[in-house]
Amino acid sequence: MNIVVCIKQVPDTAAEKKLNADLRLERTGIENIPNPFDEYAIEEALKVKEAKGGTVTALCMAPETGKEALRKAIAMGVEKAVLVTDPKLTGSDAWATSYVLSQAIKKLEFDLVLFGMQSTDATTGLVASGVAEFLGLPQHTYTGKLDVGDGQVTSQRQTEGGYDVVNSSTPAVVAVVKGINEPRYPSLKGIMQAKRTEITVWSLSDIGVDPSEVGTAGAKEKVVSFSPREPRKGGQVVQDEGDAATKIAEFLTFKKVL
Amino acid sequence: MDFDLTPEQQALRQLARDFAQKEIAPVAAEYDEREEFPLPVFRKLGEVGILGMVFPPEYGGGGSDLLSLAIVTEELSVVDVPVGVSESVNGMVGSIITFFGTQQQKEEWLRPLGKGRILCSFGLTEPGAGSDSMALSTRADLEDGNWVINGTKSFITHAGTPMSGLIIIAAVTGGSKERKEISCILVPNGTPGYNLARPYRKVGWRSSDTREISFADCTVPESNLVGQRGKGFHQFMTVLDWGRIGIGAVAVGLARGCLELSLQHAQNRVQFGVTLCKHQAIQFKLAEMATNVEAARMMVHKAAYLQTVGRPFVKESSMAKLFASEVAVKTAEEGVQIHGGYGYIEEYPIARLYRNSKILTIGEGTSEVQKMVIARQLGC
Repeated sequence: MNIVVCIKQVPDTAAEKKLNADLRLERTGIENIPNPFDEYAIEEALKVKEAKGGTVTALCMAPETGKEALRKAIAMGVEKAVLVTDPKLTGSDAWATSYVLSQAIKKLEFDLVLFGMQSTDATTGLVASGVAEFLGLPQHTYTGKLDVGDGQVTSQRQTEGGYDVVNSSTPAVVAVVKGINEPRYPSLKGIMQAKRTEITVWSLSDIGVDPSEVGTAGAKEKVVSFSPREPRKGGQVVQDEGDAATKIAEFLTFKKVL
Repeated sequence: MDFDLTPEQQALRQLARDFAQKEIAPVAAEYDEREEFPLPVFRKLGEVGILGMVFPPEYGGGGSDLLSLAIVTEELSVVDVPVGVSESVNGMVGSIITFFGTQQQKEEWLRPLGKGRILCSFGLTEPGAGSDSMALSTRADLEDGNWVINGTKSFITHAGTPMSGLIIIAAVTGGSKERKEISCILVPNGTPGYNLARPYRKVGWRSSDTREISFADCTVPESNLVGQRGKGFHQFMTVLDWGRIGIGAVAVGLARGCLELSLQHAQNRVQFGVTLCKHQAIQFKLAEMATNVEAARMMVHKAAYLQTVGRPFVKESSMAKLFASEVAVKTAEEGVQIHGGYGYIEEYPIARLYRNSKILTIGEGTSEVQKMVIARQLGC
């Protein structure tokens, strides 16, 4: 069971974010971290490999700094790592990212392609589905539980009311949600291994990508304007006339917390 | 001159930081209140490879250098000093076996130490031999191919936990009153005659297992001698030079913890219509705290670097321990001052850090002893 895990580098969640003159996220001066959702995908891939055998390859489309995210994946136990990098990729949208990743995945051996459901910067949640479409593969999204059998995979897709059971043959694309597992720590041995493991680097020409289809030039979406978040308004005061608990429960249900 | 950490050291620092936040921070106050050794935390430290990080890779350890240990120890100590202390002490004591042990001792002990399954303790201090460590009186007499040990050791770290595997003690094995022959003897936990007293009730470091231990005709094979007979004191002083760097890192961690808590408090607490951060008196305190933490860290890292590249580092490690520990005490005190009355209430973590600070200028060589060492190194 060979697995490709797609990972992304995102700006540190705690950093203050601004948009630059092109209405894109200003990334200079901000520390990058591996997308927190992807850690769950890496862990799920490692669990499947430990149960079924095979190899896990981490794939990242990023500038050179993407190697840091790949090294963390290796430190967790991933055996191989591939970085797709090219200056022409700057400004790529979800469509272009899906296209590039699918072209890279075609060069790898795989039965499953795993993603975190979304990234913490763009939060579109589209790339996993985009890759599935480009590769013509079944897709499992919002996956809260994954069972892998011989030549087939079954997932629980989380919904508002509970979950759907989704089954397909492999190869397939799976996007996992937070909480599907408890990601392991990178071990000290893994950190040392990450230093020694060679990361394969591919450019656009290595994977047969037309540069005009990617980057700012090839973007199918464009940010036209933005406005800052509204300032916080005062909260709602609940007077207790013996029914405060009921009112609070209704409020939490309305907010989909309960 | 490159002040940057290597990518591996950065990854190690992040691992220790994440571990401390996730595994130690939620339970530190509770273990402190119960005065209980946090066994689950140490088991996990062993599983991720942190506990065995300085031991040789051929025995399952991480093969990390002293600077890496200092980085990790600082991160653990920001959240909970007792955990950082045990991490440092364990690495220091186990290194006695790495550097001076026989092949058989390495095979038997470095493997469980390297895999983070057991802890080892350092048995030097006695009720009558603190700063004057040469005044030690525990005896190990060679009889029929065995060492028979009698004596008492005090203030011993993590000798009585479920993970404690062995202690290496300094004992008088011969010589005269004026010229003692001191040797290192390895005593496994559970050896008949090796007795553990109840843990002390301490002001701070409450979740650290600290106790008096005693030996009453405790018998171990002659092969439990570690290193050369008569070189025990020299061997212990060698690892104490490393241990000072570790405790220096603990002190940096505690000082940084106090700074972070104080900064957070000052950014939220409002008095006279503005946050404390807007008051210059508080700004100056925070600035001094931050400057001292930075300086202390640089001294610890420099000493660790010198040791790693094989250059003399005794003076630098004493200076680092002296400075960092005194910074820790001062920073903790200022931290409480910034918190005001809340800093004196256990519910606020700064109170626990304050209690944890004072012993840093005493343990692993008092500030006065460090000054003696430094003066001697200067040529006095």
